[in-house]
Amino acid sequence: MPARVPVDLGAVRGRHPEHFQRFDRGRQMVTAVAVAAFALLVFAMAELGFFDGKLLAGMGRLAEIAALMLPPDPKDWAHVRIFSTALLETIAISLLGTLAAAVLALPLAFLAARNITAQRAVRFLSRRSLDTIRSVDILIWALIWVNVVGLGPFAGALAIMTADIGTFGKLFSEAIEAADRKPVEGIVSAGGGKLWGVRFGIVPEVFPVLASQVLYFFESNTRSASIIGIVGAGGIGLYLAEAIRTLELQQTSFIILMILVSVALIDYVSGQLRFAVIGRRGVVA
Amino acid sequence: MASSPIALLPDAQLRPLLDAYEASVRSRRWHTLLILACIAVAIVLSSMSAEVSLPKLLDNIHRFPSYILRLFLLEDGRPVWTDVGEWFWGLPRWLRLLGETLLMAYVGTVLGAFGAFVLCFFAAANVAPSRWLRMAVRRFCEICRTVPELVFALVFVIAFGLGPVAGVLAVAIHTVGALGKLFAEVVENIDMKPVEGITAGGSSWPVAMRFGALPQTISNFVSYALLRFEINVRSTAVMGFVGAGGIGQDLIEAIRKFYYSDVSAILVLIVITVSLIDALTANVRHRLIGLQEKH
Repeated sequence: MPARVPVDLGAVRGRHPEHFQRFDRGRQMVTAVAVAAFALLVFAMAELGFFDGKLLAGMGRLAEIAALMLPPDPKDWAHVRIFSTALLETIAISLLGTLAAAVLALPLAFLAARNITAQRAVRFLSRRSLDTIRSVDILIWALIWVNVVGLGPFAGALAIMTADIGTFGKLFSEAIEAADRKPVEGIVSAGGGKLWGVRFGIVPEVFPVLASQVLYFFESNTRSASIIGIVGAGGIGLYLAEAIRTLELQQTSFIILMILVSVALIDYVSGQLRFAVIGRRGVVA
Repeated sequence: MASSPIALLPDAQLRPLLDAYEASVRSRRWHTLLILACIAVAIVLSSMSAEVSLPKLLDNIHRFPSYILRLFLLEDGRPVWTDVGEWFWGLPRWLRLLGETLLMAYVGTVLGAFGAFVLCFFAAANVAPSRWLRMAVRRFCEICRTVPELVFALVFVIAFGLGPVAGVLAVAIHTVGALGKLFAEVVENIDMKPVEGITAGGSSWPVAMRFGALPQTISNFVSYALLRFEINVRSTAVMGFVGAGGIGQDLIEAIRKFYYSDVSAILVLIVITVSLIDALTANVRHRLIGLQEKH
């Protein structure tokens, strides 16, 4: 074994002060942020009533509830039939809402994209309105639509549509902005108008990306559609909320299981379709 | 023909090429038509299931703009901006509830991110200590993120009583699922050489994770957690719909009882808060990414 060379730490520190110092300052910053975050956490938990002693009692009750949920049991076949119909309705709501949102969001996305719309004011307005739509939760839209078209799945489909217009508008416009502009230049230089440039230069390039995003959202919308029934906008959420509120816990877990299975199925199918459309590369972040 | 500057192929050679081109275009058209037909059938079927009727929509559509407009009128019919004091009459109470909503989102995100942080090293394919554990952790995360938050909130309200604790725990569980998946993907994308080096030096698995994996992932973790915080602010705003705390309670009451100007006031407050949080976290995230690229 070779003899160890003694390291004169002091000398090294003297020769390279910047390395040691920067490291220390970075450390101090991180520690300060972490301590502040932790202090805020403790303050917030105290403020929200985490330390009132309810937590422990609640944990006990939660364990009881979880035990009562097993095994999942719909009670009888009549309930299975009701739940299945409601689940199909949920999927229908999600499909309609997603498709309608995609159709309506497309023109808005072109208005909000930097490489299509030159007018700053138009772009700014369409972006801000998309942001505003996005910052209102789907359940709030559902409540508003229930006031407009009455209780039922139709309101749910409209709510999903409204909420998704905001999201799709943003995602689509980002995809359009990322498109290569050379095809458009080629078309314009060959004498095509600006609209032709968009139709044959941009649409073929972004279409697969948009289609994959729509398919991805179909799955996540099915999840949202399964809760909008809580505010009366159709689908299985109504039965789910009812089962929880009346403490029919085995039915509750059965419904949750149904939702999980159908979401997994849709996830699988839409994943396959997505790969068929865009090939094996992840696009949706 | 001679006048054209481009030399054309003789007809005998051109014909098969044109035919082949047309055949390929035709088959693609059929393909597209088939897909469109499938979509049309799906739309018709689901329209029947979702009780969609165009006449009903057309009959009622005028009520949407009028409802939105009505939101911006005070009780006595004046537009809200003529009397901002009257419009935001409940400002102190709403601000307190908004603060509560933000705190809920914060605690939910931090607890959830902590859970996801612990779980992600067991769920990542490249560093997980055991295959079975990895499968179990992945399934757990899947269930956590597939069951909607509101469902957890409904159950927790029964267990913990009405109030923000139920909402926070619901958000936290959902966050564990969503971030667990993203964090695990971050860990799967790391450079394995530092981990191998540390393991080869004789260190245990936790030490290898701490000094080999963590430094490569931490800024991505924080960035994803901030993104999640943004999403969680939006979803805690509706937790009150099922009695799980936050500003949702007042909002649903205002909507249900047709206090139009209150609805718009609360919505305006929510939109402003969400945009502020968005801008803030986007700023911090861009800085984090810049920090990462500098290294």
